[in-house]
Amino acid sequence: MPEPRTLFDKIWESHLVDERDDGVCLLYIDRHLVHEVTSPQAFDGLRAAGRKVRRPEAALAVADHNVPTTDRAKGIEEPESRLQVETLEKNCAEFGIRLFSMNDARQGIVHIIGPEQGLTQPGMTIVCGDSHTATHGAFGALAIGIGTSEVEHVLATQTLIQKRSRNMRINVVGAPAFGVAAKDLILAIIGRIGAAGGAGYVIEYAGPAVRALSMEGRMTMCNMSIEAGARAGLIAPDETTFEYVKGRPLAPEGEAWEKAVADWRTLPGDPGARYDTEVTLDAAEIAPQVTWGTSPEDVLPITGRVPDPADEADEGRRRAMERSLDYMGLAPGTPLREIKIDQVFIGSCTNARIEDLREAARVAKGRAVAAHVGAMVVPGSGLVKRQAEDEGLDAVFTDAGFEWREPGCSMCLAMNPDKLAPGERCASTSNRNFEGRQGPGGRTHLMSPAMAAAAAIAGRLADVRELV
Amino acid sequence: MKKFTTFTGIAAPVPAINMNTDKIIPARFLKTIKRSGLGVSLFKDLRFDPDGSEKPDFVLNQAPFRDAAILLVGENFGCGSSREHAPWALLDFGIRCVIGPSFADIFYNNAFKNGLLLITLPQAEVDALMEDAGRGANARLTVDLENQRITRAGGAAIAFEIDPFRRHCLLNGLDDIGLTLAKADKIDAYEARQRVARPWLYG
Ligand code: SF4
Repeated sequence: MPEPRTLFDKIWESHLVDERDDGVCLLYIDRHLVHEVTSPQAFDGLRAAGRKVRRPEAALAVADHNVPTTDRAKGIEEPESRLQVETLEKNCAEFGIRLFSMNDARQGIVHIIGPEQGLTQPGMTIVCGDSHTATHGAFGALAIGIGTSEVEHVLATQTLIQKRSRNMRINVVGAPAFGVAAKDLILAIIGRIGAAGGAGYVIEYAGPAVRALSMEGRMTMCNMSIEAGARAGLIAPDETTFEYVKGRPLAPEGEAWEKAVADWRTLPGDPGARYDTEVTLDAAEIAPQVTWGTSPEDVLPITGRVPDPADEADEGRRRAMERSLDYMGLAPGTPLREIKIDQVFIGSCTNARIEDLREAARVAKGRAVAAHVGAMVVPGSGLVKRQAEDEGLDAVFTDAGFEWREPGCSMCLAMNPDKLAPGERCASTSNRNFEGRQGPGGRTHLMSPAMAAAAAIAGRLADVRELV
Repeated sequence: MKKFTTFTGIAAPVPAINMNTDKIIPARFLKTIKRSGLGVSLFKDLRFDPDGSEKPDFVLNQAPFRDAAILLVGENFGCGSSREHAPWALLDFGIRCVIGPSFADIFYNNAFKNGLLLITLPQAEVDALMEDAGRGANARLTVDLENQRITRAGGAAIAFEIDPFRRHCLLNGLDDIGLTLAKADKIDAYEARQRVARPWLYG
């Protein structure tokens, strides 16, 4: 009997090109997503060395980080952003890489369009010069965020130099209670294992609560694996996965489809496969979550209070907490539900898919954004935007006083004009509450789309369960 | 890539834990299409007030540490975004080596690919080096990659572990892409096998 293997073991082993004596491996990369921020220096490197792109057809490029989310007819105003986007266009033309340009109907956030186009498929290795590449792990693909030198390496060789990670399984048992979304599950996981808890690991999310999630919910979970420090996140493919992939523009068809699905069915871990670490959480015990600090691990149920650094025994952590609270402008002991907000951002590769927008719209419908709050909804792609408009969600949002924008990364990282002003506090569906992430001096509270919509209406952090 | 053998420099303590790449270089400085010139934006919001004036209490704004070539850091340094601008900014500022108890994965890879040496030491040893650093310009460290040894100002030495292949590449200034392209036949063979086994990946 061969040794039982995990999903990760299977993908890893089927992509090994070479393994050195010291265990460092050369891993074949099936698909490469490219965006404007982390690629210009890589293409430059290729040019300087006179190297070609080995398999241009294995790559797909899109501009997302810098693009404006308001009217695009005028192009990009900011000269540096414009240069980055133009450089991507030039590089893709020169090296023969497919590109969704800014005004393409399919343009959107790189981690949203990959799955949407059917580029993301089970069993693949996928890379992108972006840490949230982990998103694609929701399909049972090994999806790794890489740096620019590695982007260049993959372009030139279609391989990546990697050391095998350890494998952690996180079992989410039970069923989530009413008002608890995939975002709450992943935030609770990060709160439990910490921002470095997954370091050195690839995490596989398993258990009935994960199985019950839609593909979009699974993407939200895998997306934030990096926030737990993990190299990647994975969920074993199943019928939900196949159904999602089927019929998408880049998915296999006909006989090839049958062959692919037969192969994908062999991917889930074998009974008895060994994980280096196992963690179990009960979904039924998880309440809607919000972050209070400047690391995604600084997270609590909405019913909680801002913690007191004086209760923290470890000195390093105590200091980090004091600094966080000072930056966030919060006093220990404040009920989270009393924290007033200025802005709401519903968007990002974590939560800007159609189901996210539906969840937020369900809360916003027939209500009004609090008078002192500025709120925006930024769909994850042009296709998500169109579908939402077909369903009338845009009208629900605009009637309630939200702005309805063009797709892109937007206020997730404030590289385009969408930013918080210093001191402004934002209820955000993005993935990072780091200092200055949404604009210098901006203060971020992470939460689910429904919770962000509830915060917009209440004008403060709010418990969505009281609204729906 | 520049070879890394041995060098002596001033070490600056930056003890905060979970120092993320947004702090090392905020996203608004990622709009460059070049690798150079990022040193002025290193730790931008920690080093400077919004009006551009220096924050005097930040270590790199203090006399000896302006010339720091080594950083002594807290746990999980470099977490967050995959931006390689973080090691580029550190290198452009003049940092050649970062010593701490743990580093985030992607940052770790990115650093070595650019010739920035990261050394992982137990917290107690990092603490001892941070104490030394309190002596400012008198606390130069010598980092000897060949012999995997850090020599403290007083002459005491600390040994460190490092992945042998990374060490080899740094010592010789080897470029990963060149090394991998030398294995092109293995990549060709892999692709030929996969085209048969999983043809839909090549459709
Ligand atoms: S939405 Fe945010 S996290 Fe996602 S790719 Fe864009 S910037 Fe990165």
